[in-house]
Amino acid sequence: MSTTSPLEKAGATTGNWLDERVGASKVVKGFSRKIFPDHWSFMLGEVALYSFVILLLSGTFLTFWFVPSAGETTYTGPYAPLAGQHVSEAFNSTLHLSFEVRGGLLMRQIHHWAALVFVVSIIVHMFRIFFTGAFRKPRELNWVIGMLLAILALIEGFLGYSMIDDLLSGNGLRIAQAIVLGIPVVGSYVSFFLFGGEFPGEAFVPRFFVLHVLLIPAIMLMLITIHLILVVVHKHTQYPGPGRTNNNVVGFPLFPIYTAKAGGFFFIVFGVIALMGALFQINPVWIYGPYDPSPIGAGAQPDFYMGFLDGAVRIMPGFVEFEIFGHTVSPNIFIPTLVVPGLMVTPALLYPWIEQWITGDKREHHLLDRPRNAPTRTALGVMAITLYVLLWISGGNDIVATHLHLSINDITYFMRVGVFVLPALAYVITKRICIGLQRKDREKVLHGRETGRVFRTEEGEVFELHAPLSAHDRWLLVGFDAPEPAQALSATDAAGVRRPGGRLEKLRQKISKFYFEDRVAPVTPAELASAHHHGDHEEVTAGEGSKPAVGSGH
Amino acid sequence: MSTNEPDHGGSDVAVHDGDLPARFENPGLPEHKHRLTDTDPKAARRAEKQVALLFVLSIVGTLVMIVGYFAVKMDHGLGFLDYLDRLALSNQILGIGMAVSLLGIGVGAVHWAKTLMPDEERIDYRHLQRGTDEERADAVEMLNTGVEESGFARRPLIRNTLIGAMALFPLPGIILFRDTGPLPEKVLTETFWKAGDRLTLDPEGGPIKASDMVLGAVAHVMPEGIEEAEHVLNEKAKAAVLLIRLEEDQLAPESLDGAYGGIVAYSKICTHMGCPVALYEQRTHHLLCPCHQSTFDLTQNCKVIFGPAKRALPQLPITVDDEGYLVAAAPFGEPVGPSYWERS
Repeated sequence: MSTTSPLEKAGATTGNWLDERVGASKVVKGFSRKIFPDHWSFMLGEVALYSFVILLLSGTFLTFWFVPSAGETTYTGPYAPLAGQHVSEAFNSTLHLSFEVRGGLLMRQIHHWAALVFVVSIIVHMFRIFFTGAFRKPRELNWVIGMLLAILALIEGFLGYSMIDDLLSGNGLRIAQAIVLGIPVVGSYVSFFLFGGEFPGEAFVPRFFVLHVLLIPAIMLMLITIHLILVVVHKHTQYPGPGRTNNNVVGFPLFPIYTAKAGGFFFIVFGVIALMGALFQINPVWIYGPYDPSPIGAGAQPDFYMGFLDGAVRIMPGFVEFEIFGHTVSPNIFIPTLVVPGLMVTPALLYPWIEQWITGDKREHHLLDRPRNAPTRTALGVMAITLYVLLWISGGNDIVATHLHLSINDITYFMRVGVFVLPALAYVITKRICIGLQRKDREKVLHGRETGRVFRTEEGEVFELHAPLSAHDRWLLVGFDAPEPAQALSATDAAGVRRPGGRLEKLRQKISKFYFEDRVAPVTPAELASAHHHGDHEEVTAGEGSKPAVGSGH
Repeated sequence: MSTNEPDHGGSDVAVHDGDLPARFENPGLPEHKHRLTDTDPKAARRAEKQVALLFVLSIVGTLVMIVGYFAVKMDHGLGFLDYLDRLALSNQILGIGMAVSLLGIGVGAVHWAKTLMPDEERIDYRHLQRGTDEERADAVEMLNTGVEESGFARRPLIRNTLIGAMALFPLPGIILFRDTGPLPEKVLTETFWKAGDRLTLDPEGGPIKASDMVLGAVAHVMPEGIEEAEHVLNEKAKAAVLLIRLEEDQLAPESLDGAYGGIVAYSKICTHMGCPVALYEQRTHHLLCPCHQSTFDLTQNCKVIFGPAKRALPQLPITVDDEGYLVAAAPFGEPVGPSYWERS
């Protein structure tokens, strides 16, 4: 150690200083070589995390100029079409930020694009978790935290979008206020407390501001921290494959591989969003003008993440509103805006426990499912996506109508039926596709892969050579669990006493049957051996396949 | 590094049945395949240069952004359109410079990791989340000791009063929010309109003569003096009105009382969610709300004929004053805008 460079010496000194103060060596020892598995779909959550960081950075920049006040002022800036107009301080400062602060428009656009990327990546990440069964024990809590984060992200986005006080967001806010107003019994009171009186009033801008920049981001930051701590505590899930088991993690160490890959990926996400901010205009509030309750443009659209709610509102028939005992009840408002989202979120939130109850499986799961190997779950997920997309399209029914030259009334009537029929159809189709893929997998294991080499025997028989799979290739197709439907227990036990909870148990069996009755089991060694005895062509290929016949089962 | 042995990843669950196992066994990790950069020093050198080039590109991007910030001046002396062009230029230079600066680092680091850092998979082992039986027994023991030492179970007086105190103490935190807003009272049922208020054009202002309203004319209207109201936007959110002239025989009989010679005034605030019902289709005499497409038929007293709204748009009864200007004959006969519990 006589040839240490000054740099190494400085590093050693710093390390020593840190270790003696905070025990840095233990932290490095515990974390630096922690193994994380590799898969492109694990980046989705990273995109969400990084766009949140970008939102914090760009948002902080914006607060230096944004004036959170609905107080009235006169616009005197360089955007000529609005010169002399009465606008709120919030709107005025947003225009100042966009037109006069160098880089202000860029930061605003980065902030808005990052918000959209944030929500998209959360949604896609969530479906990755769902389809691969990553929510199973011990990760149920993280699933719930993720759902809460998704909901908070929508609220956070809506608040930030609304507090600029432009015409488009003002109309969105008016709709939000009508939702609050339509809550039975307490609606008008909640609305008056929220807005400090009548809509729009002047209170909402500063209130939304503090919720948007302080309270909700703080809660989200806390939840994200717990989310990530739990990822470390549980160790990351991994996709099935040779060498991957429920008891190990196969991958690369945090330092240096993921420091470079994930750290680099943060810069890539930031760079792409910066590029979007540089090239693609978003939310040009000066074109909409300041909020005024009287004017509105055709084709009014919220940000995409509010689209499904707006769509539910649009296709809801109005006749369901009624009056009773001198009170107005508006299911045409609270069904699509409160009941429908509740019905979408609650089963999703509880899904880990629902599935656990049906399967009775209380084991820890760290190996992911291939979506085809959980056909009912996958079909339910696609059903949910279908419903969401249909509602979202309904939210743009006017845009669809003008672009496709369709009648807006026809689209709406179609969707009123479609949101019930099409998700069910999507369920059936997806389930059949999954089972078809599973059968194809079985076929491949039993009879080998197609080689494309066609032979004719001396007797004139024509056949294609199939090459048996190697043990490694085969493992992916056979190494999964296929739960069987719960066996019916007799209503009474051995002593003739009625079992407690018999009815619930019966329900469980019914759902279990619905889930697993058409299960496709993985090929067993015995099945493969017997297939080899029956299929003589595979016997041929076992000897002369284009690949060395590794692990052919003989 | 001998983490690549197949038996490390091998499955340990296989129940034997006869001579064949019931299930296939996990064959363990496949053999590691080296990358070109692992075996060919030239390829490695090439990758090294590529990574360095990307980092240099990042430096260039940063410089572009810094230079662009000072070079592109937002000069207020420019004409409006030139100013917009300048803004777009500034936005693009700053944004692209920033993107290159960030992407250079990001792509470089990932490329470095993928080509030059070891790509041999390693294995960590998992442990059940659950503690061992011994740990769990210890934990329970500790908690019991704590409960015992606190006397929480033995002294119900303390326990019960504590529960009571804890249940009540958040209440002030809720009550404190009472003053976030006034109570609705009757505010939602009233608008700025009084009998005799002149109808004025929105937003340009100025009263409207009945004779100005030719057949088929449409006007957006506010009550005179609304700009002087204490809360202008709050009042406008309720008082906005659409004024339209049709043939008298096109109007429904129940609209005629509030009409003046075929001119009718209806609330522009949608009875569904309060958006302005601002789209008027001349040919069909339908009013359409752009937010949720509730459609109201002017010839049927603005009854809902499509969409999620339930109630017709309220009519503002109008007449003319001595000078021939249109005025409100009376306030709205019912609350305008979206529904709420106390409405009817």
